Amino acid sequence: MRHVGLLLVSHSVRLAEGAAELAREMAPEVAVVCAAGDVDGGLGTSLDRVTDALTALLDGEDAAGVTGVVVLADLGSAVLTVESALELDDELGPRVRLASAPFVEGAVAAATTAQQGADLRTVLDAAQGAADSIGPRPVVEPVETEREESEGPAGTRVEGETVGAAEPLRGDDVVVARVEVRNPLGLHARPAALVAKAAASFGIPVRVQGVDATSVLQLMALGSTAGTILEISARGERANDAVATLAGLVEGGFGEA
Amino acid sequence: MVLDVEWAERWVRRTAESVARAKDELTELDRQIGDGDHGENMDRGFRAVIAKLDEPGAPERTEVGDVLKLVATTLMSKVGGAAGPLYGTAFLRAAKRSARTDVDRAGVVVLLEAALEGVTSRGKAEPGEKTMVDALTPAVEAATAAADGGAEPAEVLAAAADAADAGSRATIPMVATKGRASYLGERSAGHEDPGARSTALILAAARDAALDPAADGAGEEAPR
Repeated sequence: MRHVGLLLVSHSVRLAEGAAELAREMAPEVAVVCAAGDVDGGLGTSLDRVTDALTALLDGEDAAGVTGVVVLADLGSAVLTVESALELDDELGPRVRLASAPFVEGAVAAATTAQQGADLRTVLDAAQGAADSIGPRPVVEPVETEREESEGPAGTRVEGETVGAAEPLRGDDVVVARVEVRNPLGLHARPAALVAKAAASFGIPVRVQGVDATSVLQLMALGSTAGTILEISARGERANDAVATLAGLVEGGFGEA
Repeated sequence: MVLDVEWAERWVRRTAESVARAKDELTELDRQIGDGDHGENMDRGFRAVIAKLDEPGAPERTEVGDVLKLVATTLMSKVGGAAGPLYGTAFLRAAKRSARTDVDRAGVVVLLEAALEGVTSRGKAEPGEKTMVDALTPAVEAATAAADGGAEPAEVLAAAADAADAGSRATIPMVATKGRASYLGERSAGHEDPGARSTALILAAARDAALDPAADGAGEEAPR
């Protein structure tokens, strides 16, 4: 049986290979190929990798079984890269479809549909309908909190606004310090990960601006940038060390200042 | 001044020189509101373009579009992030509309319109969102007005370059709603958009390549 093939385009080689592993497990006869990472193998996407993978799938020696290709891409510039590849080579367009779909769910849905011998349009629809598989609402009802809905991306929160529902630290053994953010982008992904890792290593409750300091997402949601004053607190054994360590990270600008 | 394939090559070489000179400036702008790699990316991209241009044994380029197509494919391959696909598409669409040995005043407008259309269709950005579009849109408008007024092709380019420069500076107070800078929301105001700045540099190089061909030379410093 001839099958539609899949191309997974991700900024991360490991993310693409992980999703491909899942898809292949469920659809062993479907060609699932990755084009991930930038030209140097770092995080990013590469037009050449995408073009080479598409060409190999469609016209390569092993291409006999592939009737078309559905592409899944993970983040903004991965989508742009795929669109560019299709624009650059007019011959690819009719046989390739870029899905607007969640990366993992879309890959699995497309692969299982392709495995059944479905045509390009049907496989594309399966990928694009995959968001519904997550369900119209979360299975676990969110706990009501008093915090207001965020109006924009996490980074637009006003300074000092607390997010999350971490219990405030109270008691005589609470250590508190206030430090100023030095690096322009503040607690974006990499620094937030550094803080969270350091906070977790002490095994005691640590807060930054009232949120759990071990949560990368909550730290990022603070939206702090250069000039923001962050209150760091910790309670219990080695609370002094924990606060000093985090304060040092922030004041050091995470090597970016 | 005929805007032929030699002009197009001069344009590309001048862009490479200009981007190399502005690498730190672009990176600094991007560091304020983005992820700080725009200068590095653009410099690497245009270095690769020059290497392609100088590659021995390449098929002879006779049309303006041949040069622009080479720029497009190289930038798409070599420039990471969104800038590669966006500039790549701009040059690709411009290349498709300039498959001729030289471009006249109307041809300059068509080329710029195609570039703008490429960026907007790929990036889904509109004017006022603090992006490349804010430099390219006024450039197209100014070029159109100049061409309608009967300006020479080089003067049409000059009008476009001046408008792109002003348009780029006008991004300073804007709040970004597209791209990486939009994560900063209101805090993106007060900084010039690095993509708008690089667009202005590219169009300035196009103008200089047309107005001042004699000053062209490998690594030669041209006054800004």
